[in-house]
Amino acid sequence: MSKEKKDVLYGLYDDEEILLKAVDQANAGHLDIMDVFTPFPVHGLDPKLGLAESRLHIAGFVYGAIGTLTAFLFMTWVFTRDWPIIFGGKPYWSVPAFIPITFEVTVLFAAIGMVVSFYTVCGMAPGITNPTLDDRITDDKFCIAFDVTSADDAAKNQLKGFFSQSGASEVNTKTI
Amino acid sequence: MSAVVSPIREPLIEGGKSYHQITEDICSPTERTPSVAWVMAFIVAVSALAFYVFCVGWTIWIGIGSWNLNRTIGWGWDITNFVWWVGIGHAGTLISAILLLFRQKWRTGVNRAAEAMTIFAVMCAGQFPLIHMGRLWLGFFIFPYPNTRGPLWVNFNSPLLWDVFAISTYFTVSLLFWYTGLVPDFATVRDRAKGIRRKIYNFLSFGWTGSAKHWQRFESLSLVLAGLATPLVLSVHTIVSFDFATSVIPGWHTTIFPPYFVAGAIFSGFAMVQTLMVMTRKVLKLEQYITLAHIESMNKVILVTGTIVGVAYLTELFIAWYSGYIYEQFAFANRVLGPYWWSYVGMMSCNVLSPQIFWWKKMRRSIFVTFVMSIFVNIGMWFERFVIIATTLARDYLPSSWSYYTPTWVEIGLFIGTLGLFFTLYLIFARTAPVVAVAEVKAILKTAGDQYVGPGAKAHGTSKEAKVHE
Repeated sequence: MSKEKKDVLYGLYDDEEILLKAVDQANAGHLDIMDVFTPFPVHGLDPKLGLAESRLHIAGFVYGAIGTLTAFLFMTWVFTRDWPIIFGGKPYWSVPAFIPITFEVTVLFAAIGMVVSFYTVCGMAPGITNPTLDDRITDDKFCIAFDVTSADDAAKNQLKGFFSQSGASEVNTKTI
Repeated sequence: MSAVVSPIREPLIEGGKSYHQITEDICSPTERTPSVAWVMAFIVAVSALAFYVFCVGWTIWIGIGSWNLNRTIGWGWDITNFVWWVGIGHAGTLISAILLLFRQKWRTGVNRAAEAMTIFAVMCAGQFPLIHMGRLWLGFFIFPYPNTRGPLWVNFNSPLLWDVFAISTYFTVSLLFWYTGLVPDFATVRDRAKGIRRKIYNFLSFGWTGSAKHWQRFESLSLVLAGLATPLVLSVHTIVSFDFATSVIPGWHTTIFPPYFVAGAIFSGFAMVQTLMVMTRKVLKLEQYITLAHIESMNKVILVTGTIVGVAYLTELFIAWYSGYIYEQFAFANRVLGPYWWSYVGMMSCNVLSPQIFWWKKMRRSIFVTFVMSIFVNIGMWFERFVIIATTLARDYLPSSWSYYTPTWVEIGLFIGTLGLFFTLYLIFARTAPVVAVAEVKAILKTAGDQYVGPGAKAHGTSKEAKVHE
C-alpha cells in the first residue's frame, strides 16, 4: 500500500475514560476521526468509532473447513485409491481412525490462515515500520488523530478547540 | 471497562500502579544488564545444553545400543521424558486459552511466561521421538510427502502418526498464539528503546501501531485462537495417551487413559509454571503482578488435578481387579508390588498424597511450600510415566523374557540435557521479552487492580497506597 504523506493533528489523553468521552464529543460535533490509538484494547470504543465487527473469524472458519477437507480427502485417497493396505483387518476406508489427524489439520489450517490474514489486513509483517505518532501510545497515552492534510486554519482551530475542551493533555501535529 | 468484577475478589495487581508504572516495571528487566544470578543460571543451563548435544552426538555415533533398552523394554527414559515434557507443555495453552474463554482475569499475570514455557517444553519433548529413531537424518520420513518409494505413505491409522500431527500442530498453534500476543508488547519495548535495540524490536513488533481497528482484529484473533487451542490442548495429550491405550498391552489398554493423561498433563504443567513463576517473580521483582492470589489459584488447580489423577490411579486398580481378567490383574499387581515398586511409591506420594496439603489456605499461599510442592509434582509426574512405560514392559507375556532396565549415563544425560535446553530458552526469553503481558495487565488494571475504587470496592489491606488514583 503506497500512501501519500498525511498531516495529522492528534491529541493525547491520559485515561481511557476521558478518551471515550472525547470520542463521544467528537461524534456529537461531527468531527471526522482518522484513527484512535491506544496501549491496550479499550472496550466500548469500536461502536463509537463505527467500526464494523471483524470478519476474521469467518475467514478462520473457511480456513478450518479447507483443512478438514484436505486432511480427510487426502487420507481417503491414499487408503482407498493410491495405496490401499489392510491394517488390523479394518476396512480400507476406516473413518474413525482419520478423526484425530483431520481435527489437527483443521486447527492447523485455521490458526495459520487466521494469523497470516490478521497481519496482512493490518499491514504488518516482520521488519515493517508503520509510522507512529507518539512513542507513549504503546505506554500510557490514548490518542485521537485527525487527518488535516487539506484542512484550512479554521478547521484546525476547531479541532484544537475540541482537544482542549475534551481534556487532551497534549496536542501535536505530525506528518506521517 | 464493561466487565463485571466481584468487589470481594482480591486485587490481581498490587501497589497502586499507573499504566506507565506497569510498562516500567515489566519492560525494564529487558533493558538492564543481566544480574549475576541470571548469568550464573545461564552458565549452568548452557553447560547442560552442551552436554545434551554431546549425548545426542554419542547416541547417533554409537547407535541406540548406547542406551540400556532391551528387547523386552523397548521404551525407557526416552519416551518417559517425551510424555513428561509434553505434559508440562500443557499448562501454557490451558492458562491462555481455556482461562481466556472463562474470562479468568488472573491468567493475565502468568499467561505469557506459561505460554513460553509451553513452547520450550514441547521443543524438548519433540527431541525424544526424533533421537529414538536412531537415524535422525531420516526424521522427515514421518511426514506424508510425495516420495520416490511408490509414493509410499505413512500409516494414518497409527496413533504414533497422530502424535506427529498433534505435537507439530500444537507447537505451531502455541507459537502463533504466543507471538501474536507478544507483538503489542514488543512495540512497547520498541518505543522505549534507542539505536540498535529499537531496530531489533521494530523488526520483532511487525510495525504495530495500536490502532483501534488493529486492536479489534487482535481481540477477535485471540478469541478464535483460544477457541481452537482449547480442544487442541485436550486432544494433544489424549492422542499421546492413544500411543498406549490403542495397544494390546495389559496395563496400557485402558479407556481411562485419555482423561487421566490430560488431567496429569495439566497437573504437571501447572507445577512447572509454579517452579518458574516463584523464581521469576522474585528475580525480576514482579511480585505485584504475579501475586499470592495468582499462586493460590494455580495451587488450587494443582490440588484438583492431582486429586483427579489420584482417583484415576485407584480406578485403574479397581477395574483391573473387577475385570476378573488375570493378565490385567497381574499387570497392576506388578505395577504396585513388582520390581519397580519404588517408582509406584514415588508416584503415589508425590502426585496424590503431597498435593493434599493444599487444602489449607495457608499452605496454598506459602511461597516456600509452593516451590517445594512444585518440585515434588514434577518428580511425581515423571515417575508416573516411568511406571506406566517401564514397569508394564518389564513383565510381558513370556516370563522367560522378563527383564529389568536401568538407564545408562547417555540416557540420563539426554534428560538433564533437555532441562538445559529448556532453561536456556527460558532464561533468554526472560531477558528479551516482557515476561508479563503488558497490554493485558493494563486492560484489567481498572477492574482488578488494587486502586479499584468503583462501586462496592473492598478496602484492601495489601497496599497502603490503594486509594491513590493516578
